[in-house]
Amino acid sequence: MKHLKPINIKAQKIEQSVDAVDDEDVVALQQLPGGPRPHVPMGCTLSFSPGWEVDAGGGTAGLCQPVERDIYDCYVTCFWPVQVPDHVNYSPDWASNCAAATKDWRNLDLVFP
Amino acid sequence: MTVMLSQRYKRGELHEFQAADNGFIYLVSAGAIFALDEVTKSVLELLEHGEMDHADLVGALVAAGNDPVDAEGLVRELRLVGVIHSKEIIPARAPAGPPMDYPLQALVLNVTNQCNLACTYCYEFGSDKIATPQGKPKYMTLETAKASIDFLLESSGNREAVHVTFFGGETLMNFKLLREVVGYANVQAAGQGRKITFSLTTNGTLLTDEIIDFLSDNAIGVTVSMDGPAELQDKRRVYKSGKGSYAVIEPRLRALIARHKTRAVTARVTLTDGVTDVIRIYRHLKDDIGFHEVGFAPVTASDNQDYSLGDNGMETVLDGFHALSEEWLEYALRGQMHGFTNVSETIGELISGTNKSHPCGAGLGLLGVSPSGDLSPCHRFTDADTHTLGNLETGLDQAKREDFLSRGHVGAKYECQTCWARPLCAGGCHHEAFVRYGDTGHANLHYCDWIRDWTDTCLKIYGTIAARNPGFLEHFAKRKGLS
Repeated sequence: MKHLKPINIKAQKIEQSVDAVDDEDVVALQQLPGGPRPHVPMGCTLSFSPGWEVDAGGGTAGLCQPVERDIYDCYVTCFWPVQVPDHVNYSPDWASNCAAATKDWRNLDLVFP
Repeated sequence: MTVMLSQRYKRGELHEFQAADNGFIYLVSAGAIFALDEVTKSVLELLEHGEMDHADLVGALVAAGNDPVDAEGLVRELRLVGVIHSKEIIPARAPAGPPMDYPLQALVLNVTNQCNLACTYCYEFGSDKIATPQGKPKYMTLETAKASIDFLLESSGNREAVHVTFFGGETLMNFKLLREVVGYANVQAAGQGRKITFSLTTNGTLLTDEIIDFLSDNAIGVTVSMDGPAELQDKRRVYKSGKGSYAVIEPRLRALIARHKTRAVTARVTLTDGVTDVIRIYRHLKDDIGFHEVGFAPVTASDNQDYSLGDNGMETVLDGFHALSEEWLEYALRGQMHGFTNVSETIGELISGTNKSHPCGAGLGLLGVSPSGDLSPCHRFTDADTHTLGNLETGLDQAKREDFLSRGHVGAKYECQTCWARPLCAGGCHHEAFVRYGDTGHANLHYCDWIRDWTDTCLKIYGTIAARNPGFLEHFAKRKGLS
């Protein structure tokens, strides 16, 4: 603090708490302030699923998982209402004709709620 | 997308004061004290008459010659501390259930409800009495006293040190018990690796060299209730025959002060109608008799008692307080201790930044025990059936205690919510409130102006010392009032 000079013990404690505030530190979905850095948001980005990235050659052939795998990340593991149907309530059978995403992805149809 | 956030600022809850040519604020929400610089003062002036937009406030600061980055930084600093705020601050409400497991710190043992004096203003025996001692034991038995010590040690959690105050009636009418229980308490506390300290309040009439030596050997703090030189003392501190007590106590007090080497010996003066010459009383007790400290309090009285302090009396008292506090400050700037307790106690609370939920520890860290073993919020409620909080045998009555503490919480006192002095006052003495208003949870409205004036005086003393002799304040950092 630059302008207020604390002159009792309570004021010193306030100064310490103000000095500890770092309002440049903007983070999404953070847990507790002052927690471990970098902040690890919760949700699907917690698991590393190579998805629409490209491999070292600029293509998708060498990825460790097929790009189509992302569909399942959103469909099954994520709570977020993304642009795929939800498998809990409305479209439990949406992916039943798609055994292997790389081969059968064409069987995934649109859903009209 | 850019979201524009427009904050409108107003002043937080502050009490501003000047001391030693500096500006200070007392931050009411916290009990914190800050010294101000010029630019902060200018912000408070800008907000004196209402709210201001963030941009306008920063703009005004820049127009006054401040660097824009600094101006933003200042506004941020003041906002984070709570000196200015942009949202409605909703005062904390009284908790539905105050802490029930709060560890006990002190017990006041009323070792007897008998007294050899008949002071006319006595809250225990006078016309405002609330005690109902009929049919109850007059003297505490050793058994009850020992049970009290056990209760204190059991109920005090992990505290390293606990305190026992012996009280009456006239405490020394049961000195025999006092002597035995001190020995018992020391053994019990030592067995648990803990410390127990003692103090007592007496009218001084029964002090003997033998008693004084015992008090000194056991480091028992002594407070003498007394009103000043003979003429003032004998006005109301009298025997049942009406005879004054000054001549009896004077030689005993001189012996007490000469022989008691281990603790400060304090006088506690009750101010009543005609007993308002604070300076004369102080000089006599401090300089002539030799007390280490002298504290003053106006008598507790309902309206229309002949001993009550009227408004004129109160003014005279305040003038005396101000004169003595100036003297206190002169001493402090020279690094010397002055014996005017009322300032010392308040400075002790100001340095830590006390922000009270309740006016005192009664019912919280402190309880009174009557000769019969009844528990009460403090010694002033001893033997009053309507205020009993259980008994040593049956334990603390948590429902009654909760009622007492909920009522007494500062958040439950409507008038206190707009008062800047509430962190220290919290509405004032529960007993005084009961005598005046019939409710322990009523704010002591008859003292509000006086309390604010006194708190302001002590803040100015505090600010002056902080500016000119800050090291001196360290003496008070550990001071703990147990009166």
